[in-house]
Amino acid sequence: MSGYYHPNDLPRFAHIGDHAPELWEKFSAWYGAVFAEGALSEREKCLIALAVAHAVQCPYCIDAYTQASLEKGSNLDQMTEAVHVASAIRGGASLVHGLQMRNAAAKLSM
Amino acid sequence: MSLVALNHPLASTAEQLRVLNNPGRPQRPFARALEDSGLWPLAATGITVFQINVGKLCNQTCRHCHVDAGPDRREIMTRETAELCLAALAQTDIPTVDITGGAPELNPNFRYLATESKRLGRHVMDRCNLSVLLLPSQADLAEFLAAHQVEVVASLPYYQQQQTDAQRGDGVFARSIEALRKLNALGYGQPSSPLRLNLVYNPVGAFLPPAQHAIEADFKRELGRRYGVVFHSLYTITNMPISRFLEFLLRTGNYDRYMERLASAYNPAAAAGLMCRYTLSVGWDGALYDCDFNQMLDLPVGSGAPAHLRDFDPQRLHRRPITTGQHCYGCTAGAGSSCGGVTA
Repeated sequence: MSGYYHPNDLPRFAHIGDHAPELWEKFSAWYGAVFAEGALSEREKCLIALAVAHAVQCPYCIDAYTQASLEKGSNLDQMTEAVHVASAIRGGASLVHGLQMRNAAAKLSM
Repeated sequence: MSLVALNHPLASTAEQLRVLNNPGRPQRPFARALEDSGLWPLAATGITVFQINVGKLCNQTCRHCHVDAGPDRREIMTRETAELCLAALAQTDIPTVDITGGAPELNPNFRYLATESKRLGRHVMDRCNLSVLLLPSQADLAEFLAAHQVEVVASLPYYQQQQTDAQRGDGVFARSIEALRKLNALGYGQPSSPLRLNLVYNPVGAFLPPAQHAIEADFKRELGRRYGVVFHSLYTITNMPISRFLEFLLRTGNYDRYMERLASAYNPAAAAGLMCRYTLSVGWDGALYDCDFNQMLDLPVGSGAPAHLRDFDPQRLHRRPITTGQHCYGCTAGAGSSCGGVTA
């Protein structure tokens, strides 16, 4: 991560609350509740977050949820599979739009 | 190789303390964290664990070792000092003797210490690296431990080979599994067996351990399914930013982030349960410390308390002030960390 993104910014995330503290507090409370142990374990939620971080290509999230996944006891086999899940959905989402292409082409073609 | 063998600057405890105490670092002083939690000055609450570090000799050279132990190290406890340990122990009713190293079993006085401690009616724990059980010179070690009902606390950082060997050396995982099977065959770790077998998890890198109950369940499931290995409990222990792990942190550019991680995860409840408050740590030369980490940083027991077994005085040691430093964040992060796992 270099240039536009700075690793040292991640610990400063809470500064976003400087100009809208109530919204930040609501976000923080909700975020904390989302990742708490529930019907899904904390580890499962971290792996989902890691996969989504790759799908949305957020460098901060990738760093944060790589560390968080390791700290929940996940290993690289599991984390790599999670990234493949995200990649498969991204790839599949592109590919399935091929049907739109086929529909459009069919409409245009004789 | 050990840092000493490499003539590395961090082989010096003064250099380690210089790094840890660098005033340019952003973490609040550990003493202030204790003060903010109402725990300053930190003091012992009594002694229930008499932990004897019999020396730095080891058959492994693990990459995270806080002792900087290895086959090249020659600092080991003599018979005379072992006798001082037993004489001190006999003056007290401390229930548990925790023998560590290095590989403590390689000390010629290990079996003497274990046998005599049992004779005094104490519970004895052996902090075992597992591979030592397969050394030709230790062919009867597992049987000795079982015959004396010594609890085995064995290091195994993960249930897979890659992570274990990355931390502890090539081939260690396979040898560890073989040793665990040997212990299981003697009754160690079996559900209703009095032969206690507990495992120790250390993170294989610059991150905190997972929830102890969660990773214990993983280990039980995976070691059982893959290798037929059973054990009683698993303890998670945070890597302390000293010695070889400190060298790893600095060399890989992880030091600042790791220290920030430890400090930001400071947990007052974990601080209240710090193992130094109920442990007395004895060095290979008979010097006294609050814990094995302070021992490796040459930080002796605090002001006024007897500093050597020769001057052992349980009354003055029971309520002694504890010596702390920035490394202590390693024991207070998250659910806490001790030789017996989480503390909060």
